Amino acid sequence: MKYKTQKVAYWFWALSMLLWTIQLTYGFIMGFARLGYDGLHQWIPFNTAHTVHLNTLVVWLLAGFMGAAYYIIPEEAETELWKPKLAYLQLIALTLVGVAALAGYHFNIWEGRKFLEIPRELDYLVAIDVILFLVILLMTILKGKKKSTTVWVLFGGLAGAAVLYLPGMITFDSQVLDSFFRWWVVHLWVEGVWELIMGGILAFLLIKLTGVDREVIEKWLYVVIGLTFLSGILGTGHHYYYIGVNKIWLIVGGIFSALEPLAFLAMTLWALNMYRKGQKKHPNTLAIYWTLGAAIVSFLGAGVLGLAHTLPQTNLYTHGTLVTAMHGHLAFWGAYAMIVLAIMTYAMPNLTGRKLYDHARGRMAFWLSNVGIFIMVSAFAAAGVAQVYLERVLGYDFGDVQNEIKPHFWVLITGATILSTGAILLIIDFIKYGLPTDEALES
Amino acid sequence: MLSKQQAKIFFLVGTFVTFAIFIGLTIYSLGQVQTKIPADVAHGKHLWEKNNCMGCHTIMGEGAYYAPELTNVIERRGEGYVRAVLMSESPWQPRGRKMVAYHMSESDANDMIAFFKWISNLDLNGFEKVDRKVSPLAIDHMKDNVE
Repeated sequence: MKYKTQKVAYWFWALSMLLWTIQLTYGFIMGFARLGYDGLHQWIPFNTAHTVHLNTLVVWLLAGFMGAAYYIIPEEAETELWKPKLAYLQLIALTLVGVAALAGYHFNIWEGRKFLEIPRELDYLVAIDVILFLVILLMTILKGKKKSTTVWVLFGGLAGAAVLYLPGMITFDSQVLDSFFRWWVVHLWVEGVWELIMGGILAFLLIKLTGVDREVIEKWLYVVIGLTFLSGILGTGHHYYYIGVNKIWLIVGGIFSALEPLAFLAMTLWALNMYRKGQKKHPNTLAIYWTLGAAIVSFLGAGVLGLAHTLPQTNLYTHGTLVTAMHGHLAFWGAYAMIVLAIMTYAMPNLTGRKLYDHARGRMAFWLSNVGIFIMVSAFAAAGVAQVYLERVLGYDFGDVQNEIKPHFWVLITGATILSTGAILLIIDFIKYGLPTDEALES
Repeated sequence: MLSKQQAKIFFLVGTFVTFAIFIGLTIYSLGQVQTKIPADVAHGKHLWEKNNCMGCHTIMGEGAYYAPELTNVIERRGEGYVRAVLMSESPWQPRGRKMVAYHMSESDANDMIAFFKWISNLDLNGFEKVDRKVSPLAIDHMKDNVE
């Protein structure tokens, strides 16, 4: 590493790994419940497991992004982090809020709005925590020697995520308005500002791993994020087809959703071309795997599988079925989980001084987790398509259909087991690297 | 060949224009949405969120896909059935999947029903307009169980 204070990143990623473990565990509870093995129902009913599964996902990715920002911004701005003790305080506060929220979900303390279940009182603490995070980053950028496009895009994405959290804190009596503004948070995060964060991290990794000129990489970064907003903002309309608002969203949402894969395709082509053009082949092969993997799988998950069901004519049948879960799992994995794992894989040798660039366990972790998620997504796809046909076309009752498609949930659990094996290997790697040390500072 | 400056302008102008259209469409759409909600419906929505019903069910297609879509549940099952489920003291277990026993008061159950009725009266562009029937496979299964 180049700056001592980059070590802060390690602790955010440690939190990420812990939350990922919890997310996977609760995913299994849900998977077995779908098969009828719900022995934990009395203590962890499905809605608790679902809420924990979603919220740990969001927070482990956010902690991953925060770690990435604390690693990337000092290096890009060529300065130590502003007030690193405040960064540790911010981490502790985030952890405490997370623990309080997760504990509360087991006692029915929640808001009951998908992805935004954190109780209102904790929302205010999250807002304060994120403001502190942004202040630390902004002060670091302002005192830095260099202000790169990569840094501004990354910071812009994180600041945008903070601003877009606010519409989710407005209370409505109308379910229509509630749903309308809930998507301002959820959609404009994952198909908007989070893509800026992903783009910023990807640009940093491509600069470091390929050696291609920064100006070229950052030029295409603008094109990618330009396409993201051009399609993604009005693409929000695909969530408004069937929630009781104007029909105009059928047209607007349909057209712009169809354009959304272009942003992900551009990201894939950008990453692959930069890798192909790169003169320098960085020895950290695993980081290259995860970086290019994120660019490719995000296109498949968010782009292709998103397009598979966002046109209104298709979505009329697939909306609210397991087809959505199919898309959601691969999109979150490819676009956001993989980019967090990419930056971690790149940075860990630099933070700890242990140059474990390419080893069997690391490669196994990459392939097992990716094969596992593809099996899971295939199971969701088969179950979802069967559900659509039986329930929405033939009109059979929901419960009957769920019993008919049960075999697919066994495949789902098999995939989840393979994914979890990969995750365990990654976590073993993370632990084996040891703690970050000043001895790893580049002279 | 595209320069970095041109790429930046593409990003900034594209974002500004699409965001402006999005805000315009939002104002236009929300002007047509009912904002005065009857008290029982609002309380029903409050109970819906307090009990995290969306953590299992879906409504207007949004939720967790573990339990049935409830947009037209009153039309499909009738008020009596829904009231019985909400007021049940033991976990409802239709077709194997358990529901939390909410043991609601009759007043709360009625407010939930008012909320469901309000949702079912919305124009959802054709979503959930399917007549449900029992699967022939499920009928065979039921016959086997009886035998």
